[in-house]
Formats: sequence, structure tokens, C-alpha cells
Amino acid sequence: MQLIPNIIFSTILLISIGFFVRNLKRLRRNINLGRGQTEPINNKPQRWRNMIRIALGQSKMVRRPIAGVLHIVVYLGFIIINIELIEIIIDGVFGTHRIFSSMGVFYGFLIGSFEIFAVLVLISVLIFWFRRNLIRLKRFYELKMIGWPKLDADLILYFEIVLMSLFLLMNATDVGFQNMNNGNVISGMIYPYFTEFSIESLHVFERTFWWLHIIGILIFLNYLYYSKHLHIILAFPNTFYGSIENKGKLNNMNSVTNEVNIMLGKSNESEISEDVNFGASDVKDLSWLQLLNAYSCTECGRCTNSCPANITGKKLSPRKIMMDIRDRIEEVGKIIDLNGSFVDDNKKLIGDYISEEELWACTSCNACVEECPISINPLSVIMDMRRYLIMENSSAPGELNNMMSNIENNGAPWPYNQQDRLNWNE
Amino acid sequence: MSKLKIKTVEDFQKEGKSAEILFWVGCAGSFDDRAKRITKAFVKILNSANISFGVLGKDESCTGDPAKRAGNEFLFQMQAMSNIEVLNSYEIKTIVTTCPHCFNTIKNEYPELGGVYEVYHHTQFINKLLEEGRFSIDGGTFRGKKITYHDPCFLGRANKVYNAPRNLIKKIDAELSELKRCKSKALCCGAGGAQMFKESEKGEKEINIERANEIKDNPAKIVATGCPFCNTMLTDGTKSFEDNDTVEVFDVAELIVKAKDL
Repeated sequence: MQLIPNIIFSTILLISIGFFVRNLKRLRRNINLGRGQTEPINNKPQRWRNMIRIALGQSKMVRRPIAGVLHIVVYLGFIIINIELIEIIIDGVFGTHRIFSSMGVFYGFLIGSFEIFAVLVLISVLIFWFRRNLIRLKRFYELKMIGWPKLDADLILYFEIVLMSLFLLMNATDVGFQNMNNGNVISGMIYPYFTEFSIESLHVFERTFWWLHIIGILIFLNYLYYSKHLHIILAFPNTFYGSIENKGKLNNMNSVTNEVNIMLGKSNESEISEDVNFGASDVKDLSWLQLLNAYSCTECGRCTNSCPANITGKKLSPRKIMMDIRDRIEEVGKIIDLNGSFVDDNKKLIGDYISEEELWACTSCNACVEECPISINPLSVIMDMRRYLIMENSSAPGELNNMMSNIENNGAPWPYNQQDRLNWNE
Repeated sequence: MSKLKIKTVEDFQKEGKSAEILFWVGCAGSFDDRAKRITKAFVKILNSANISFGVLGKDESCTGDPAKRAGNEFLFQMQAMSNIEVLNSYEIKTIVTTCPHCFNTIKNEYPELGGVYEVYHHTQFINKLLEEGRFSIDGGTFRGKKITYHDPCFLGRANKVYNAPRNLIKKIDAELSELKRCKSKALCCGAGGAQMFKESEKGEKEINIERANEIKDNPAKIVATGCPFCNTMLTDGTKSFEDNDTVEVFDVAELIVKAKDL
């Protein structure tokens, strides 16, 4: 009978991990639907450094100091407090209680820091909630942010509030831990409010908080796949694979190089095997990296907030572009789940999710790329979609067609003769 | 205006010589009346420093940047490949340009297509001349005057060139008064991504007006920049002020020419 809690715990743990792994596999499959071109994954040392600096070191977060510092607190708290998970899982599986407490002073130091971080996280998360719900920062309220994205953002904050509170309450009602008086820096202040309860009641409280805490964590783990909170994992591969070239470099399409070489007589047609479509009209035309970008997006809106088109009231929002991609890839993924393979649903990213008006408003200024705290590149997506509009759909704004035919005919975007190139010195 | 001393790389070739640098003038620098003044200013600087430079003249053609950013990769690569062919036939090693768009394209997008050169924006090149002691700037007309600087996206964020133009503004002894949104946080002028050649999408205001208002809030009465397109956009933007509050837009090269009275 004594083993029942251990069995229940192990079962819940295994189911949670199993479900999480299943979703990770689905995530991998969806990302691998992308087949567009990416830059070669060379210079690994530089990429590791980027990951350490940008994802682990949060270097880009502090470009906005208030949100940046608060985020670093929550991030550090998350990482540090999760060390406690090791003990919780061992205790749960083997029926022990605070197995590491024999470490003595060091244990007290660890739990003490967890408790302090729990309070700091609570404060930061509350400030985040105020910013989002009372101050109502403009960037959290564009059209695309209504409904699930808003609820998702709030749910994450509620999760954190509940988990941090449960952690502190679990420690506060643990009479044995309180009597050790080792590391109960915060919970020791809560404990006095519980002293009127009997030892038995406190034990029931402690067990309840303990179970709610770990079950909460496992639910949160499985919530990730459905949430923008997935960034806590994907920020790492995203910053590793993010471009290490100058931001101004827009990739040269290999498929076009082949065609141009044929036109110039530099290679012959037999060298082209696959039939390619130029640019991206739907998610599977994008690269796996662009799809990874979409899954990594935390919807913070720094991109949109710095986008010159968006600032001046145009429809373009780089964040919306990334969110649209994720929505569409999820939709495509569900069709595959249902039918075993993709069945055309007569929908496309362009048209059904993203309008041409949005795409033509971009100035390719790279502000969105610069601002993203985890190296997402919305500009590359916009450019790939423009490529589709121009090269597959021939639907450029008329003035751009004029510009392009000028370049074609006289080597300048304006109708001046190439022979007059030196006339500036007249 | 008197003609400036210029030679084409073809002229150099005929003499059996080669120029130290190729000055890539660019479409704006060749054809746009405002940008032509930037071209001339830079040529005056080159001549004053006795730099042997050649231009391509009628052999020069659009780099393909606006086509590429509009989405026409075909046209871009056709332009790129034929330009690279021309550049390589003249055995060009070093290219200097007054246009950040040409700079970005030749520097970052041409190498993969077979065009590998040492590429400088003119503000970088002038700094290089200063470092090598081949050119000097000591104060002049702008001494003590407040000048602000607008970062062109394709020079700043795109290629992390933030200091070269700023250093030159300091060299003319002007007081650099930064805009609120500067360096990597700079606001675009509104011309990039082929926007220069089309009407903007529907919105509340034009991007250049947004930027011009920011410039107006700055105590400086002169705004420097390093891009012919930014120059046009900011000139149009600042002209739109109803009170005709005069803010003048200059390229950094033009400021140097004025400061040194070249």
C-alpha cells in the first residue's frame, strides 16, 4: 500500500513525458515540412557563441531595459528553481522526502536561493501582468493579439504565479523543513501563519501543495507545444541557426542562379533536375529555419514596435507574419495528422493569412531582425513571399513593374539612358 | 560648373595603367540631380587627396538591389552577373561607392556569384585616407555647429557601419547631436526595399515625415546622412514643415567639401 503514491507519481510522470515527446516529434515533423533554401550551417564556433550570448546570456533582452531586466529575473528563477525538480522527482519516484537535505548547509543555501528567486519571479510576473492588463502597452494590443494570444500570455503568467506560490507554501507547511531552519528564508516567514493548524493538517497541506506543484509543472511542460512559451526551448536552436552573415545580405536563390546560368549559356538545361517554384506562397515553400522561427516566436512585439511601416500605420506587422506562419503550419500539420499526408485545402499563407498589402509595405530596413531577442528573421519571409508574388504570380504594383523594366532596358531604375551615365559631370 | 577631373577605368586600361579604386557612382549618383551633387563632392575629395580612381561610365549598370528587394531575383542575378563580368574584365579589386544600397549588394551579395572585391562606403574610405595620412580635415565652416546624423539602414543595421560617418562629423569639429532613434535603433527613411519607386501603402503618415519630425525635435539645423535615397526622403520630409523651419540635409561628403572649401 505504501507504494501507491510512488506508482501514481511515476505513472503521471511517464505519461507527461510521453505526451511531451509525442508533441516534440510532431513539432519536428512540422518544421521539416519546410523545404526552402537556408544559408550553410558553417562556422559552428560562432554559432555556439551566438547561442550562449543571445539565448543563454539574454544579451538582446536588455535593449528594452525594464522588460529586459524583469525577463532575466524570471529566466534565472526558472532555471535555478528547476534544479529543485531533481529532488522532487527522486522523492516522488522512490517515496523519499527531501532526499538532498542530508547535504546540510549547502542544501539550505540551495533552497534559500530558490525561495528568494521564487519571490523575485512572483514580483516580476506581477509587473508583467500589470504592463499587459492595466498599463496595456500598445504593442500587446494589435489585431492579431486578440483572443488566444492574449489568453495564452495571461495563462503563462498565472501558471508562474501559481507554481511559485505552491513552491513557497509547500516549504512553509513542511514542519520538518521548518524545524531544520536551514534555507527557509522566505517560507520561514509564511510558516507562522500556519502554526495554529495541527501537525496532521499541516502534513496534508504540505502533501497537497507538493502534488499540485509537480502536477502543475508537468501540465505547464505539456502546455508549451500549444503556447508561445515554446520559446524557452526553441530560443536555443533558433539563435544557433540564426544567420551569421551581415543583416544586409539577402540570400541569392540557387534555383535562379541555375536558370540565369542557362540563359547566359554558362550551363545547359540538363543540369536542372527538379522543377522548382520561386519564392514562398505557403509554409512548405519556406525553409525549416523560417518555420523554426515561427514556432520560437514569443509574440513580444519588439519587431512590430520598431517597424517603420507599422509605426506609420500601415498594415504590416512582422510579429503577425510570424504568428500567421505558425497558425498555418499547425493547420497543415492537423491535415497530415488526419489524412496521413497533406491534402490540398485550397488555402495558402499568402491570401488566406497574409495580404499582399502587408508584404509591399516593407522597407527591408532590418529593424525587426535587429530587435528580435532570439534571432528571428521576419524580413527573409517577407522577401520570399515577394519573390513568389513577382516571379510566380506577376502581381507587383505597377510602379515596381516600371522600375524593373527600366532596369532591364536601360540599367537604371529610372528611364535614363545608360550611355548618359557620365553626364553628371557636364 | 566646371568639369571635374574624372577618368573611366577604360581610359586607365588604354594607358596601360590601373586605378587604385573604382568609384561606383550608382544610379542615383549618376542621374538624380540632388545625388549628383554628392557624387561631385566625393570626386572633389578624391581629387584633393590625389587618389587615382576610375569610374565605369557607360559600362556601369544598376546593381540590381531594387529588383532583388522587390522580389525579382531573376532580374537581380542577371544584373549582378553582367556587372561582375564587367568588373572582373577590368580586374577591379577595390570598389568605393557613395550609395549604401550598391555598397551592401556588391559587398554581401556579389561574392557568391563570382564578384569578390574589397568594398568601401565613401565614409569608410575617407576615414581610411585620414588614417593613412593622405587626406586631412581640420575644422572649418562647421566648427561648433550642431549637426545630427541619420543612419541609412543599409549602412548601419545592414553592415554595422555606425562610426565611420560619425567620426567624419567630429573631424569637421561639428557637435554631433544624435537623434532619439539612432545607430541600430535608427528609423528607416522609407525608401528601402524598392519603396523609393512606388507609392507607400495606406497608413496614417509617411515614414519620411515621421523621421523628419524626429529631426525637427533635434536642436541641430543640419542633418547629415550617407545615402542618396535617405537624402531625398529626408529633404522631402523636412520641406513639408509648414513653418518652413529650415533643416538642411547634406551628405557627409558634402559637409567635408564645404568645411574644407574644396
